[in-house]
Amino acid sequence: MADTRIEHQEILLPVRAGFIALTLVTALMLNLLPWSGVALWFKPDFVALVVLYWCIEQPRKFGFISAWMMGLVMDVADGTLFGQHALAYSILAYAGIVLHRRVRMFSGTAQVVHVFVLLLMNDLIVLTIRLVAGAEFAGLQYFIGTCVAAALWLPLGALLKLLLRPKLDPDQF
Amino acid sequence: MEYSAPPFFKTGPTPLARLLIFSALSLAFLVADARFNYLEPLRQIAAVIVYPLQRIAAAPAAIVRNVGDFFTTHGSLREENARLKRENFENGALLLQLKALQAENDQLRELLAARERLKIDLAAAEVLYAARDPFSRKIVIDRGSQQDVRPGQPVMDDRGLVGQVTRAYPWLSEVTLVTDKGQFVPVQNVRNGLRAVLSGTGSDGTLELRFIPVNADYQNGDELVTSGIDGVYPPGLPVARVTQIERAADQIFARITCTPLGGVANHAHLLVVTGSRELPPRPVDEKKQVRAKKPRKS
Repeated sequence: MADTRIEHQEILLPVRAGFIALTLVTALMLNLLPWSGVALWFKPDFVALVVLYWCIEQPRKFGFISAWMMGLVMDVADGTLFGQHALAYSILAYAGIVLHRRVRMFSGTAQVVHVFVLLLMNDLIVLTIRLVAGAEFAGLQYFIGTCVAAALWLPLGALLKLLLRPKLDPDQF
Repeated sequence: MEYSAPPFFKTGPTPLARLLIFSALSLAFLVADARFNYLEPLRQIAAVIVYPLQRIAAAPAAIVRNVGDFFTTHGSLREENARLKRENFENGALLLQLKALQAENDQLRELLAARERLKIDLAAAEVLYAARDPFSRKIVIDRGSQQDVRPGQPVMDDRGLVGQVTRAYPWLSEVTLVTDKGQFVPVQNVRNGLRAVLSGTGSDGTLELRFIPVNADYQNGDELVTSGIDGVYPPGLPVARVTQIERAADQIFARITCTPLGGVANHAHLLVVTGSRELPPRPVDEKKQVRAKKPRKS
């Protein structure tokens, strides 16, 4: 617990809109990779993960409009019904923004539990819309991706914090 | 002097209000897309924007393939070359025979005054990626409406039918595989000419013949080809082979499971059948005719 509080006190560079856009595009590219076969079951929804990350870390700079637009882009790329990812990501963004103070208080593992529940909700919304639209339930393997996404929460946070750490001025010493 | 709240207090509508706005918008989109197909233009525009990303994302797989090609040995290339030459030789002989048969067929059809058979035009396409979605059997190919690909055209590989173009974007198109749930292909049994409708089951590698009477003449290993009576698929394309038949005494219909002949799950290159057929005008629906006549009477 103690070291996480220190981590929160760490001073990072201010997040620019361009950096957020870059992470979103990277997540989208990862989602668009030609996943197939067994790997498809393990594929986490990178875009949902990054959307949730920015809603929790930067709720003032990242909000519904971006989340919703990302949802529409995902719907086009996957050829699914227009609006299903948009709806899921809007609700995910809401949950992230409302809970951001609480989630940031917790240590690493407890954060993962929170994030897992939020991502599960996201996947359940997509699943529900698919089932209503007439698809057949593909089995519980569908939720492996959710677990993988939740497991990626801490590495993602560490990576983004690493990128935002200020570079030390060599003239200082 | 007017005072307004400092900018850091202005946060706009509350999160709940925003959630309601965006959810309502999404639901409106869902209904508009699912029920009325109003959003196709919007989808086309968004597809053009996403297109470069899709191409870049598909690049790593292509690079891996190319690197693999680069390291093939001289021996394997020679072997492949010899095999291809032999195949080409054999196919050439078959093709000669086919040409003779086709000429004969044309002549006979002319004698019978029958309609000319469809000539198939094929366009090669590369598979960019399979849909990343365990629910639908779809693939995306690198040809679109700019290259005369239209929704509804059949897609095949060298072994048989693979699917059908369901959505064409300017430079890409979506192909729904025959194994997709809700994809139906009218077929004919090669052995005895029985017609049926083959439907996808939603799982890889299995197709199903539904509503076939228990006593219908189907055997394991029967080959099914497209019958062509729907006007969508040209007749005679191989589709599937019957692999399992369950005939239960208490059931009216037999359960007939088939496997697709085309490489439905593993492919890099496909052929889009672009030729269109001139069909005779559809017979007018009697009910519609009655409906059309009624207002005139009144």
